This record gives sequence, C-alpha cells and structure tokens, in this order.
Amino acid sequence: MKTIEELNKIRAEKRIELDLRKNTNADTREKHILVCNGTGCTSSKSPEILENFKRIIEEKGIQNVRVIKTGCFGLCAKGPIVIIRPEDTFYAMVKPEDCEEIIQSHIVEGKVVERLLCKDIDGKKVNRLDDLTFYKKQKRIALKNCGVINPEDIDEYIAFDGYRALARVLVEMSPDEVIDTIDKSGLRGRGGAGFPTGKKWKSTREAKGDKKFVVCNADEGDPGAFMDRSILEGDPHAVLEAMEIAGYSIGAEKGYIYVRAEYPIAVNRLQIAINQAREYGILGENIFGTGFNFDIEIRLGAGAFVCGEETALLESIEGKRGQPRVKPPYPAQSGLWGCPTLINNVETYANIAQIILKGPEWYSSIGTENSKGTKVFALGGNVNNVGLVEVPMGTTLREIVYDIGGGIPNGREFKAAQTGGPSGGCIPKEHLDTPIDYESLKAIGSMMGSGGLIVMDDTKCMVCLAKFYLQFTVSESCGKCTPCRIGTKRMLEILEKLCSGEGTEYDIYRLEKLAVNIQKSSICGLGQSAPNPVISTLKYFREEFRQHAIEKECKAMECKALARIEIDEEKCKACGLCQKNCPVNAIEGEGREKRHINQDKCIKCTTCIRSCPFHAIG
Amino acid sequence: MSCVDEKIVEETRKILDGYKKEKDNLIPILNDIQVKFGYIPKKSQMEISKYLGIPMAEIFGVITFYSRFSLEPKGKYNISVCLGTACFVKGSQAIFDRLKERLKLEDGQTSADGKFSIDTTRCVGACGIAPVFTVNNEVYGHATVKKLDEVLDKLEKEG
Repeated sequence: MKTIEELNKIRAEKRIELDLRKNTNADTREKHILVCNGTGCTSSKSPEILENFKRIIEEKGIQNVRVIKTGCFGLCAKGPIVIIRPEDTFYAMVKPEDCEEIIQSHIVEGKVVERLLCKDIDGKKVNRLDDLTFYKKQKRIALKNCGVINPEDIDEYIAFDGYRALARVLVEMSPDEVIDTIDKSGLRGRGGAGFPTGKKWKSTREAKGDKKFVVCNADEGDPGAFMDRSILEGDPHAVLEAMEIAGYSIGAEKGYIYVRAEYPIAVNRLQIAINQAREYGILGENIFGTGFNFDIEIRLGAGAFVCGEETALLESIEGKRGQPRVKPPYPAQSGLWGCPTLINNVETYANIAQIILKGPEWYSSIGTENSKGTKVFALGGNVNNVGLVEVPMGTTLREIVYDIGGGIPNGREFKAAQTGGPSGGCIPKEHLDTPIDYESLKAIGSMMGSGGLIVMDDTKCMVCLAKFYLQFTVSESCGKCTPCRIGTKRMLEILEKLCSGEGTEYDIYRLEKLAVNIQKSSICGLGQSAPNPVISTLKYFREEFRQHAIEKECKAMECKALARIEIDEEKCKACGLCQKNCPVNAIEGEGREKRHINQDKCIKCTTCIRSCPFHAIG
Repeated sequence: MSCVDEKIVEETRKILDGYKKEKDNLIPILNDIQVKFGYIPKKSQMEISKYLGIPMAEIFGVITFYSRFSLEPKGKYNISVCLGTACFVKGSQAIFDRLKERLKLEDGQTSADGKFSIDTTRCVGACGIAPVFTVNNEVYGHATVKKLDEVLDKLEKEG
C-alpha cells in the first residue's frame, strides 16, 4: 500500500530517469530504444524486433541502453516503428533482421541508419518524429502517453503525473467540485452522441440508490476504428484513474470495463494495469488512506456491435443477450441491476485526469465554441498516412486528409470521407473545409461517431458503400424491434438490386422512404442511425444511384454486374504490370504490344486498375 | 458417454471451478470454453446450465447472439478475411470472394475434411496494413488475391 508521499517519491525519481523520453536535450548517457507493440505493428512482427534488440544488446554487452515496449505511435502505415531517445530518431518499416544494423550503426558508432528513416509527404527523409508533417498539426491529450511509456509498468505512468489527479481529487476536492470542474471544461462524450460529460456525472450523482456503478465502454465495434484500443494498449492506467475519479464523484465503489475479446493485447495490458494498481493500493480499499474504496473488473464482449449501445452493454454485463432497453429510464437512473450507472467511453475517460490537473479553463481553451478539447481519429482507407491522429476540435477535414494524412495514394482523387461508421455518413469533396466538431458534422448529414475516419478515392462506388454498411447493420441488428430487424433487411435488398443492375428509379424512392421510417421508429441508436449511410450517400451522390438504376452503369467499376474494365490504348505504355498482377491471366498481349482484357476471363477484381502506373485502365 | 465427452465435461468443470455461481458470469465462462475447445460443445452447455441454474434454452440464446461463440468446431486452418471499412475500401471483398470460390465454402462453413473453415471479421486492428486476412491467428497484411492464392497453395500442400 502506497501513501501519497510514496507516490510523489516514485514520481520524482522516475521522472529524472525518464526525462529523455520527452526531452531531446536530456542530460544523460542512456539511450532508450522504443518499439511499438500496438496491434498494427505487432501483426508485422514487432515483438520479434523487441526480442532481437534485447538479445543483441546482451550478446554485445552494450551498457546504458534499454529496450522498451510501448503503445501505438500513431503512424501505423509505416510500421513497425522504432524510435530511439533522447535524439528522437524515427525508424520506419523496420524488419527483425534490421536490428543488428541499428545497434551497430546507431548505438555503437553513432551513425543514423539512413535507409530506415521515414519519408515525409514531399519525399524527403526525416530524422525526427516531431519533424514529420504527420505530427505537426496534432495535439496529443488523450494519447499523450501512447508511445512514450511502457504500458505494463505503473511506475512509468506515475513518472508522467499518473495518479496525481486521483490524489488531488481524494484529498482536496469534494465530489461536487470534481463534477463542476468536468462540467466547466466542456468535455463531451467521445463515444458518438456527444452528451456533456459533466451533466451525465451530475445526474448519476443525484440519482437515488445505495449502490452505484461506473462503466467504461470499450466495445469499439465500429469497423475501421481503433482509437479506444490504442489508448487501452498504450496507456491503460489513464482509464483506471479516471474511472476512480468518476467513482468518487458519483459515489460508486465498483467499476466495470466492457472490452471486446477481439482485442487480446488491450485486455492483457488492462489486466496487468489493474493488478499493479491493486498491488500499490491505488485500487481496492481505503485508497491513499482516505477511506475511499474502489475496484475494477474487466468484462469481455463477445462480438456483438449492438453492445456498444449503452443499455445493450449493461444487459451483456449482466450475462444476457445484448438487446437494448427502452429509454427512459436512462442508465444514470437505472442501469446495472437497476442501480444508477455512469457509462463513458474510453477516450472520454482518457481526458479526465488532465482536466483535473491542468484546470477546466485550459481544456476549454482548445477546440470550438461548443466542442472543446481534441478528438482522436483512426484515419484509414485510401490515404497515405494510415494511422491514429489526435487533433483539436475545429480542424478541417482537408487538414486531416491532406496535411496529416498526406493525401490520396497513387495520384487518385478524393471522393468522400466517411465518419461515424455504420451510424454516420459520407462527406463529399465540397465539404472538405468543414471544421470537425459535433454540430458541423451533424449539419452536413454525418456525425462525429467514435472516430473512425475512412477516406475513399474515385475508384469507390457509393451505392456499394451504402450496401456494405447495410450488410453490416443487418448482420448486427439484435432483432428486438421490427423496423431495424426487417426494415434494414429490405433496404439491403433494394441496394443489392441496384448493384446488380436490376434496380429502377422507383427503388430509389422506396429506399429513401424506408430510411426515414426506420430512423423514426427504431428503439435504439443502432436502428435509428442505420439508414444514415444511405441517406447521406443519396444526398451527395444521387446521380450515382440514378446511373445504377437507369443507365445500368457503375462508373467506379465496383458493381461487377455493371462494370466493364477496359484498357485505354492511347494511355497504355505496354509495361505489363497489369498482366503481372492479374490473378486470372485475363490480360493479353506481349512485349511492346498494347495490352487488352479478355472479358470472358476477367473477374473484375480491379487489381489491374490499381496496379497501372499510367491510369490507363478504367 | 464417450471418452471425448468425458474429457469435455471434465475440462468444463475445471473452468467452472474458477467462477462463482452468479448468472452474470455466463459470458466470461462461455468465452473460456470457446477458447479452450474452439467451439461450445453441448455437454459444456449442460454443465453450465446445472452450475449457474440457467435453462439450456437461455444459454443457447446467448451463444447464438454473440458472433464470437460457435456451436461447431472450426477447421484446422481458420481463414478470416477482415471486412472492416478500412479493409473493405482497399478491396478485401474481392479477397473474400476468391476465398469462397477456391474452397467452395460459404461464410462460417467448415470443409468436409475439417481442414479449412472460413469467415469474415470486423477489424482486427491492423488497418495500417489493410487489406488483411488471418490464418488462425497469424495476420497477412497488404493482401491481394494473388497473395491469398499463394497462401492457399501452401496450406493445401502442407496437409
């Protein structure tokens, strides 16, 4: 059991030792080799890289070098990533066999390994992480420790002000003062709808009940979103600390983290963090000797998207089918086992400790008038810098896609960006300069959602995209209410008709009508928002729907029944790349001959379109 | 009872010993059993029903609700194609179509010889190397139809 004094002592000692993590001028002879062990880099062998570094250092008997496992650095497209501190050298796409060279050249001889440096958007090699354009427009609050500390070592979290906010809250502040601070900061729920966090805490505190619960929603089911996972993998203690602060504020002694079982690394690190916190007496009974008790348990989700809906999540924690409840009563009044329950999302919690430490004024100075602070986005799809980005609210989509994301690969054109996943909508080119905050996104027919941001280039068919999201909703609908269970299925059937060339103009009308009805009559957020991808694509890309229905044409070539892929003879330079990449040998022609496609063999996989350097295929 | 069944009952009981007899432990228990056997055998369901006092029908309802739980064993090689949005946008549907065509299986099916089973997943979190597919737990990034064919050729030869 640690007292606040002991915590302060760990902080002071560790902070000096870890100064080099954040200070490039740190006065030290030590070097830290940080290896990303987030899910992205792990799937391209970063654990092997970590082991190789350790082995080589031991074999060579090199002193003053430590190898550290960290969470995600954000630039997943360039993974696996290795960073060497204090000089902040950023090595990209490192392979296990590169470790030897990095150690010999960088560590022993002091020479940077040029060939592994990361190329910036302009093609120039960049030495340091902070010099990459990808990081320049970002502001890291929720992700501040990700990629800096070892998430499996509580002392490293403490070194960077960890659990200081909890100590301050327990000793110096009353629950009402804490809630007031959160309220003043303007923080809004990061899970999607953007409900003011302070208000939620307040109504849970005011609700009558002997027993109350704090729940963390880490059931990040939105396909293509991985913000919460990265926070849990890179900085799990931040979530624990915030849940304890929440528990103190609303009067709860027990917390649950509901996390997807598909995130084994996150689950493992959370469990390690909980164990370490218990060992230090930061979780458990009589925390810091203040008489406050709080404990946290992990509950695994089992692959149902609807469980991200708060009441469905509560049903699932209780061991039942995850079907949403009718609201009201809201969880703040009647949640887990009928007790008042506070549910917040991972990213919301990740902001709490810093609001307490730096003050609500600091937090509310970032962002726009009604959306404060920063938002983490999982940037994916047809964009150069796929990865995790955190930007102040009010940053425009253009800045995210072009400045941070590095634009669209293969010289293609931007067509649309999708936010909010299956509940959100598409943002077309003409709205690229919209500042990203809750209200502006809603006004153009999309939503903030949890933070998935998928960029699409001009080879993407919007009817197909709408179909893709409807397929998702149909398979994830829990079946409780009719509009969602049957209505979404009917919508999908219409979209399938359109994509296979059997649709008519009347189908578009039916689709629209059905969408509005489902929106109005479903029980929960999943059903109410399921038609959004259709409504927003219809709003901005109606012409494409028309082309499918009337002209029987899919210009993007994605709908196979309507596509015919051809090579433009004038543009073809006979390089043969398309032929090399074609999986079914449908491309004919030899040597200097212009290539052409044998339509009988072609399976319309579009691999050739993507592999042609001259954009001659379409 | 066959000796396979006996083993299942024995292992299930071992897992149950680690949990209190509270109904909200149902999903964690099912998770453990899914990991242990690769599916949830009927004998296990019966043991859980007795232990937690939950009717079999209710347990069946929970198992079929969550996509992570399966009532049938998976093949030796379980191939999953990610159909999360990031992978979808980069062409993972074509990869899944090819997989279905080559193995002559539909989503969620296992081949008659028990060698292959295929399904789709929603985001394995490797969006940086999209599109991806996984064979058991190994992730193959920057996937193409050609790469899938190569992997399948190799697995078919391996037996």
